Amino acid sequence: MEEVKEEVMGLPRLGQPAPAFEAVTTQGPLKLEDYKGSWLVLFSHPADFTPVCTTEFIAFAEIFPDLQKRGVELLGLSVDSVSSHIAWARNVEEKTKVKIPFPIIADLNKEVSTAYGMIHPGQSKTETVRCVFIIDDKQVIRTILYYPLTTGRNMDEILRIIDALQTTDANGVATPANWRPGDKVVIPPPNTQEGAEERLKEGYECVDWYLCQKKL
Amino acid sequence: MACISPDGKPSVSGAKMLRALKAKAGSAEEVSQSAGLPLFRVRSGLRELTQAGLVSQKGEQYQLSAKGSELADSLPA
Repeated sequence: MEEVKEEVMGLPRLGQPAPAFEAVTTQGPLKLEDYKGSWLVLFSHPADFTPVCTTEFIAFAEIFPDLQKRGVELLGLSVDSVSSHIAWARNVEEKTKVKIPFPIIADLNKEVSTAYGMIHPGQSKTETVRCVFIIDDKQVIRTILYYPLTTGRNMDEILRIIDALQTTDANGVATPANWRPGDKVVIPPPNTQEGAEERLKEGYECVDWYLCQKKL
Repeated sequence: MACISPDGKPSVSGAKMLRALKAKAGSAEEVSQSAGLPLFRVRSGLRELTQAGLVSQKGEQYQLSAKGSELADSLPA
């Protein structure tokens, strides 16, 4: 029981600095700090040359230009070797004409995957599950997604989360369920009685004082 | 090594960084812009080129060492 507790305590949390790392990748050795000033999507996949992962890599490569427009870099990871990553990326390009433009960490010693809690023994004791860490330009973890081995990720949702986070940062607002860029945003609710009374007079579209929205 | 092979030859991206620094010393951001490489690659590459003694760093600024200048001069344009 204690062992489980320690593992859980060690997992990264939203709002905390992303664990530093230095890793061997398909584009040379990289440190987390090399990404300072850019947003970063760090994602893990179970293994090279596997079907669901291949569809995901093609999908990540396809949204790469959309990520770049948002100032976001992409970094993959699995516990396979650099040679395996290179061979797989070349095979994907040869068979599907999709070039993998982002680096992939070869986490053979599992240092990065352990620091980020990417190995879930209930799913696999040796492979990383499908994790997504969205790390902001100050290297703070802003979103963590975990998908099981059998379920490929949804790229639209990753882009939607990034849009929502960047909109929140730029405008001091929150975003409602199923929000898309251009939709109304949520005004943070007041935290005083006086503020609650004033809120309804401020010209926002309100259901009540605690749920007011506006167009940006 | 992504920028320099064990026999001292620069990779394509290593050569781009050396050429950028030959044209003008500057920060990682400036090298990234003039070399047309992502900033994370440049930061990593400059670290490697510095360890190889081809580049020296003063504060945020990078410049070619004598050995780096010699190598940059030998690169095809």
